[in-house]
Amino acid sequence: MRLVATAAGFALVLTSIPALAEDAKPNDAQIAHIAYTAGVIDIKAGQLALQKSKNKEVRDFAENMVHDHTAVNDQALALVKKLNVTPEDNDTSKALAKQAAAKHAELEKLSGANFDKAYADNEVAYHKTVDGALETILIPDATNAELKDLLKTGLKIFQGHEMHAEHVAQSLK
Amino acid sequence: MYFRVGGLALLAALALSSPAIAGETIRVAIDKMNFDPPRISAHVGDTIEWASSDFVVHTATARNKDWDVTIPAKGTGRVTLAHPGAIEYFCRFHPNMTGEITVAP
Repeated sequence: MRLVATAAGFALVLTSIPALAEDAKPNDAQIAHIAYTAGVIDIKAGQLALQKSKNKEVRDFAENMVHDHTAVNDQALALVKKLNVTPEDNDTSKALAKQAAAKHAELEKLSGANFDKAYADNEVAYHKTVDGALETILIPDATNAELKDLLKTGLKIFQGHEMHAEHVAQSLK
Repeated sequence: MYFRVGGLALLAALALSSPAIAGETIRVAIDKMNFDPPRISAHVGDTIEWASSDFVVHTATARNKDWDVTIPAKGTGRVTLAHPGAIEYFCRFHPNMTGEITVAP
C-alpha cells in the first residue's frame, strides 16, 4: 500500500513511473541498482549542462553534480563488491532510465537561457523525486545496515543538491 | 576570563621567540554532512580548521561573503578570522549544511 502511494508521488513528477507491485518490496540488489541508476542519470545531465551552458552558476552546479554523484556511485560500487551483491536491473530502474532518456533528448534541443532554466528546473524536480524515493522506499526497505547507511548519507547529499538546485533556478528568474 | 589572560600572557611570551604565532586553531569536524560542532566561539586572529571525513567536497562559505573555504573530500580547509561578529556559514554545494561562529574582538 505504501509502495503504491509512493509510486503515485513519483508519477506527479515523472508522469509514468510504473507502480511497483503491491506485494513486491525491492531487495537490496534492486535498491542498489535503482540508486546507482539515479546517480548515472544525474551525471549525464550534468555532463550535458557542461557542454551546453555558459552560465557560471549552472556550470558550477553541474560540475558538482558530476563530482558528487560519481563519488556516491563509487562508494556504492565498492560496497556491493564488498557485500558480494550484483546490482539487479528492475522495473523502477528501467522506468527511471527511460524517463531520463526522454528528458535528456528534450534538454538537448534547447540552448542558452532556455536550456539553463529547463536544466535547473528539472534538477529541482529530479532531486525531489529521488529524495522522496530514498526516504519512503529505498532506505526503509534496505536490509543491509551498510547499504542503509550509505543511502542515508546519499539522501543528505541529495537534499543539499535539491536546495542548491533551487538557488540556481531562483538565480535564473 | 582567567584563561584568556593566561593565553595572552603565553602568546606574549611565545611571540618573543616566534613572532608568527597569532591566535588559536579551533577544529570543526565534518562528518556525514554536518559541521560538528555547528556553533563555536572564537576570537579575531584565531584560525578555524575544518577536517572532513566525508567523501564529497564541501565548502565553508560565510553568508557575509568574508570568506569561502574549499574543504576537499577527506581533507582540511582553514581560515583565519579577521573581523569580530556573528558569522553564519554554509556549504555552497550542500546548503543544508550550516554553522555559526561568534567572533569576539
